[in-house]
Amino acid sequence: MNCLKTFLTLVSATLLMTTPLYAEPSEAISEAETAEASETAEGFNAAEFLFGHVGDAYEYHITEINGKPIAVPLLVIVRSAERGWFAFSSAKLEHGHEYKGFFIPTSGDYKGKVVELNAAGQRVRPFDMSITKNVFGLLLSCAILLTIFLLMARAYKKNPLGVPNKGQSMMEAVIIYLQDDIIRPALGDKSAKFSPYLLTVFFFILLNNLMGLVPIFPFGANLTGNLAVTMVLALFTYFITNIFGTKTYWKDIFWPDVPVFLKTPVLPLMQIIEFISTLTKPIALMIRLFANIFAGHIIIMVLISLIFIFSAAFPAVSTQVGSGTAVLSVAFSVFMYCLEFLVAFIQAYVFTILSAIFIGLAQHEEHEHEEVPVKTE
Amino acid sequence: MDLFLPESGLVVWMLLAFGIVFAVLAKFGWPIILNSLQKREEHIAESLKKAEEAIETLSGLEQKGKDIIASAEAEQIKMVGETKTLNQKMIDDAKAEATREADKIIASAREQIVKEKEAAIAELNQEVVKLSVQMAEKILLRELKDRKAQSDYVETLLKDNSLS
Repeated sequence: MNCLKTFLTLVSATLLMTTPLYAEPSEAISEAETAEASETAEGFNAAEFLFGHVGDAYEYHITEINGKPIAVPLLVIVRSAERGWFAFSSAKLEHGHEYKGFFIPTSGDYKGKVVELNAAGQRVRPFDMSITKNVFGLLLSCAILLTIFLLMARAYKKNPLGVPNKGQSMMEAVIIYLQDDIIRPALGDKSAKFSPYLLTVFFFILLNNLMGLVPIFPFGANLTGNLAVTMVLALFTYFITNIFGTKTYWKDIFWPDVPVFLKTPVLPLMQIIEFISTLTKPIALMIRLFANIFAGHIIIMVLISLIFIFSAAFPAVSTQVGSGTAVLSVAFSVFMYCLEFLVAFIQAYVFTILSAIFIGLAQHEEHEHEEVPVKTE
Repeated sequence: MDLFLPESGLVVWMLLAFGIVFAVLAKFGWPIILNSLQKREEHIAESLKKAEEAIETLSGLEQKGKDIIASAEAEQIKMVGETKTLNQKMIDDAKAEATREADKIIASAREQIVKEKEAAIAELNQEVVKLSVQMAEKILLRELKDRKAQSDYVETLLKDNSLS
């Protein structure tokens, strides 16, 4: 009965949450295509603008004044296969400059990435551990997380029964909600073992979603809309699910309760399906978070770039068209920002609840075989 | 598109950073926070329970107080009643005593009066006897001066005696 309930929750949650997943990217892509199509309009390359903002970069681009970019240089750390480790400021590579054999090509396969020429004269990418915009955002968010929660833990240690201050109460409300409404229902008495991971993942995603929405310098890195980040998060859930999975969980995968011909070595269909299902769960987690956040960013960027696309398309009346579009675009962007603010919470919530459910499903213990009533009608 | 290819550098950084944050918070953050929350929850629940008990006790005490006051009032009324009867009784007793005392005094006064009257009568008698003796003496003395008269008188006396 409980199992069924969990399953239904899982299905409904998946349905509920994948709907925007399928809706948003298609919309985003079509709009992105539109943007790319109007790329021909002079002076404004919408695709570059879009992907420049949602993608990664070696420096923190802030704005341009009279065509001169204002950017915060970050640290480039690369390991050349032939020459070893190098670390230098990204300012040295600005405007296609070459530094110690490294440069950033503006076209070709490795466009926008640090490359070098190997002994044979071919362009190769060194192993790139640079503190890019995303890595910077990642480290910043980690520092913020550690600061918040270690300070909070210290406050509790000092005065365990004291009245919490405003910030503490706010976090408490969220933590108690997660603990009581997500973690405990999914994990039962094993919640103490897994709640540190689930809470960390929730606050990590939430903080990075929110930081991604703030467009000004130390924030604005599109971390949770980056596949590498969501992949690592999904991997954590995958490994935690499977490493701590119970015997029953593994038995259900490799020797499930189905007729023997379905699980014989001749055609190990069930095993294949079950094993793939363990993989699809984290992959769905990875893509869902990535696509939602990525699409949100793209939509906002497209709305903003519409202003420039339209004013570039009508050069004769560019100011009027531009300002007219600006009103609309900003109105829509404000709406999208509100939506994204909601999505920031929802996606953190969804990732956490699904992780909790996946881990919880791998925790069920052997219990007496439940007889399924056979319907005679 | 390279947007959909995870950058290896970022993956390494992410593994490192998230792993460290997770490890540090799992060791030094969450257990303390969750424990404190749990403890506080229990503390509050217990406090509420205690407060309820205290309220119950208090209402019990109030009832008790009321009972005490009521019983005290009853006692008071009873005591006032008792006092009244006692008072009455004392007054009655006192009256009876007083009457008895008065009777006694009257009786003794009467006795005294009787005694004094008797004494007075006796004294008066004595006085009368004395006076009569003296008078008789004086009469005798005068009478004896006249022999004839004496013999006359004796004769009358004798006559009287013989007659009576």
